[in-house]
Amino acid sequence: MPLRLALSRRGIDGVTLLVLPAALFVVALFVYPFLYGLVLSLQPKAGGWLANYAKFFSDPFLYGTIGKTLWLAVPATLLNILLSIPVAMRVRRMHRQRLLTAILVLPITLGTVLIAEGLLLYLGPQGWLNRALMGFGLVSHPIRLVHNYWGVFISLFISGFPFTFLLTLSYVSGIDPSLERAASTLGADTRSRFRHIVLPLLAQGLAINFCLSFVQTFSVFPSAVLLGAPAGVTRVISIAAYTAAFEQYDYSMASAIAMIMGFSQLIIVAAVLGARVLVYRGPAGGGKG
Amino acid sequence: MRRGETVSARLWASSVWVLVGFFVLNLLAMIAAVVVNSLGTRWFNTWLPQGFTTKWYFSAWDEFQLGDVLFTTFQVVGAVVVLSGLLGVPAAYALARREFPGKRLVVLLFLLPLLVPPITFGIPLATVLYRAGLAGSISGVILANLVPTVPFVILVMIPFIEQIDPRVEAAARVFGAGTLRLFIHVLAPLLAPGILAALLLVLVRTIAMFELTFFTDGPTSQTLVVALYYAVYAAGVRAGQSIDAMAVIYMVTTLVWLLIALRFVNPTQIVGRARR
Repeated sequence: MPLRLALSRRGIDGVTLLVLPAALFVVALFVYPFLYGLVLSLQPKAGGWLANYAKFFSDPFLYGTIGKTLWLAVPATLLNILLSIPVAMRVRRMHRQRLLTAILVLPITLGTVLIAEGLLLYLGPQGWLNRALMGFGLVSHPIRLVHNYWGVFISLFISGFPFTFLLTLSYVSGIDPSLERAASTLGADTRSRFRHIVLPLLAQGLAINFCLSFVQTFSVFPSAVLLGAPAGVTRVISIAAYTAAFEQYDYSMASAIAMIMGFSQLIIVAAVLGARVLVYRGPAGGGKG
Repeated sequence: MRRGETVSARLWASSVWVLVGFFVLNLLAMIAAVVVNSLGTRWFNTWLPQGFTTKWYFSAWDEFQLGDVLFTTFQVVGAVVVLSGLLGVPAAYALARREFPGKRLVVLLFLLPLLVPPITFGIPLATVLYRAGLAGSISGVILANLVPTVPFVILVMIPFIEQIDPRVEAAARVFGAGTLRLFIHVLAPLLAPGILAALLLVLVRTIAMFELTFFTDGPTSQTLVVALYYAVYAAGVRAGQSIDAMAVIYMVTTLVWLLIALRFVNPTQIVGRARR
């Protein structure tokens, strides 16, 4: 069996073949639909092969969704990342991390639909938040927090923060504490230790974290419908794609919008990862050896 | 904290804690608001409802046909958990134990469905499933939900498998065990904690997976989270309290499994992607 021998020399034998079922599954249900969608988006119901894209970028009701989505996703992601750093820096020294992290995992497991329903009740004009604000005399009228930009923003913050925080925490815990101790011995105060030691080591992780969180917030859907103004300020790109697919049954147009959504995410992710290289290149573990 | 910290450092530390406290407080209050509303009679212009009742749970159960919906949910979740284990664990084993040409490409193939959000690939996927006549049925929902969970199981399992000493397997081979027997008698017991952890996370994620189910389901294949979405979407038609009763039922279904899962896994794994 020379062929078998030759293959196993290169690491391909019975065990390697175990990867095949899962790989074929992902190819069939992820790669193929994507390519199918790409081809379908180039076969519009009417007009030339780029008609769907031309329609998207000439109709303000459609291309405006990109701006509206970015206007929600970028601030929400940035806020999440910025807040997660000081919290993670504190929590990593805690002994009983488990309870806090468990509480913070709650919103991830509850999912966006439940958060939307909870916030409708909690932030509404008769909700506890407005009631408390008025009770403390901070506002005279209930502030409007649902069915507008802020409702969606808050829900993105709540569902996004745990995710960002846990990722930041795992990156922060990966930094060797002896590096900071050494800097402290040399007389660096907290602020300069953070700026010159932790932040450069963290930059890479933060860039990846930004990308992962951004991609999630960019595809906001249920909360933009339930908590926002789906015909107005929070008409995000996923709503446009959904409308095309399941209300107008124009799968070709829907695929085109999905492709545009994917490419917009790709561009931002590539830009962030490209900028990362300018900050620091090297291992984040440090220390040993 | 350590002695000798300046006032500003302490102030900074406490403001960080106040921030965390504020977040957790609002989060718990939001959940409490749903629970209280589902148990209240009339709630208008006061801190708490006028009285408490459990009748909304019965009316929600009938109105939303929660018996059927829960049955579908468990069918979908059960199938997704079993199938993603069957597909994912062997693939993770191969990736952990063998170096072969194109391995990086295969790993990338498994990373992509976790990096691309469900909405983006859900629409082309739903289109393909509709063309194949699978969407609108329970099998379509199961297939769609497997797309992110199979890679998830693989990426969670790889480190688990890598930490098992290959000499244990070599010894079993020496005594004449084939791959199948090796799997059943040696690997499965050693990997059981890892498999359990991965599958519990798949379970929690699948109960909460909205987008993929929403795109591919039909009238008879709605899961709980999609039923909840429709109820909130059409709010006003039904009593808010019975929607919240359904929300509480949904919450309990997820939280029970989350609590079980947290006994076996580190919370960071729920965010869990490839650790490196």
